[in-house]
Amino acid sequence: MAENVNQNANAVAQHLRGWNTKAVEEVIEFHGETTIVVPHALLRAAAQECRDALQFDLLSDATCVDRFPVEPRFELQYHLTSIPRKEKIRLRTRVPGDHPYVDSLVPVWPGAGWLEREIFDLMGVHFNDHPDLRRILMPDEWKGHPLRRDYPVEGFRDIPATYLPGLKK
Amino acid sequence: MTTTLASHNVETATGAAKTMVLNMGPQHPSTHGVLRVLLELDGETVVKAVPDLGYLHTGIEKSCEDKTYSQAITLTDRMDYLNPLGNNLVYCLAVEKLLGLEIPKRAQYIRVMMAELQRISSHLVWLGTHAIDLGAMSVFLYCFREREEILKIFERFAGQRMMTSYIRIGGVALEPPAGWREMIGRFLKMMPSRIDEYETLLTENRIWMARTKGVGVINVKDAVAYSMTGPTLRAAGLAYDNRKVFPYSSYDEFEFGVPTRTDSDCFGRYMIRVAEMRESLKIIKQAMEKITDSGPIRTEAAGIIPPQREKMKTEMEALIYHFKIFTEGFSPAPGEAYVTIESPRGELGCFIASDGSPKPLRCHFRSPSFINLQALPKIVEGQIIADVVACIGTIDIVLGEVDR
Repeated sequence: MAENVNQNANAVAQHLRGWNTKAVEEVIEFHGETTIVVPHALLRAAAQECRDALQFDLLSDATCVDRFPVEPRFELQYHLTSIPRKEKIRLRTRVPGDHPYVDSLVPVWPGAGWLEREIFDLMGVHFNDHPDLRRILMPDEWKGHPLRRDYPVEGFRDIPATYLPGLKK
Repeated sequence: MTTTLASHNVETATGAAKTMVLNMGPQHPSTHGVLRVLLELDGETVVKAVPDLGYLHTGIEKSCEDKTYSQAITLTDRMDYLNPLGNNLVYCLAVEKLLGLEIPKRAQYIRVMMAELQRISSHLVWLGTHAIDLGAMSVFLYCFREREEILKIFERFAGQRMMTSYIRIGGVALEPPAGWREMIGRFLKMMPSRIDEYETLLTENRIWMARTKGVGVINVKDAVAYSMTGPTLRAAGLAYDNRKVFPYSSYDEFEFGVPTRTDSDCFGRYMIRVAEMRESLKIIKQAMEKITDSGPIRTEAAGIIPPQREKMKTEMEALIYHFKIFTEGFSPAPGEAYVTIESPRGELGCFIASDGSPKPLRCHFRSPSFINLQALPKIVEGQIIADVVACIGTIDIVLGEVDR
């Protein structure tokens, strides 16, 4: 079973290489999951190719990992599922920390809209051509992006010392 | 009135003076929590709908990054509070995949049985609240009567009615309690006739049919494009169920059907959930037969799974491991894992990235409520305002999971 999945996944990488020689930067196999790393300039075109030519019709999930302080800092992860072929694949693209942006996948899957808004809100990655890029979970006037690794878990607290009598010396 | 939409940087669809903007929620009872929907209305017809979320955002994904892998289980309960066992399950499956752990069959069957009981209880809450939204008061009382029985079972198994944290990394927390077979047996015997009872109240009820048939239709192509999963997608005609397509926790050893319909309206989604309850009963029955009276409930892995109490008291090494697991935690190898399961609401996913430290680098949940809710404007635009309530109801959202 596991070998079977691997063969299929390699077929996806093979297909993408045949479609555009620069499309596949790296193929990672880990615990039976295949990750195809694509350059971020080709992300939307590669996703479109996966959907149209390889039947990956469902965008299961999109998320982002912050590898601060490593550069390129952000790793966007797109989990695609092919319902007819019963197969999953992960597309990954790496984005540098200064002015992070990538092409939106909304033209390919309208369902990417809120997932990208969530990444924009919590990680601060911008999406080109997104029709409605606003904060979704945090308040509109919020400063900063809470899921970044350099954002403290307890938030930025600047409580005046007068409100903390125990700490006042 | 149009300032409400403008203040959210959302343009009105017509821009004309003949439409008005109505603010529905966040305290509206039929929004099932704290969802706010801005509705632009032309008379009674919805021209544009803009959901506004985040009122229940508690930063669970961020908190997970500050906890060890075992500590984060209790946080997962609190996302989808109608499906805590499903959340535990998907999180544990992801961590187990990262660690490469094999789970004993007995624990897998117990997990399946609990997850299916949870599915029934979740569907009962959905049915009761959805019916009350549409004016059928009594169904709510009957649904909660049966849900109470399930919560009693959970209390006996885990000591908790709702936030059970029963499924743990490597297996389940506790041995099934004495007399569990009789308890679940009684429930299985009672339940089919109770489901019939709900159906006699609703399925051929003229008011119910008028409120749900032909309301909130979405075609299968759009449903897939909007990443909709679960009963909504199956009511549109696509038999996509993670338990069948990507089996986990030995679901491939169970016989059950995946109900589908083609009408794709609120009535269809209601019928799908009722049929799913009956299928879940079949799975629970099979799981009860498969669970042996004795056997391991969790796997053994030194340094990852807490050792058995007896070993801890007699073996030095086990005591050291016990201490290390509960202070420092364990460190999976660097890498990523993504697991999806079928929650009552759809495809529930968990993505964990490890950097080799005892705390996750990133823990993300693909919450089906959040993604299904995205298609709400697509479903309600062009409907009348009373149908918005029916549509929100049949998407079956849990705001704890939407906002996380």
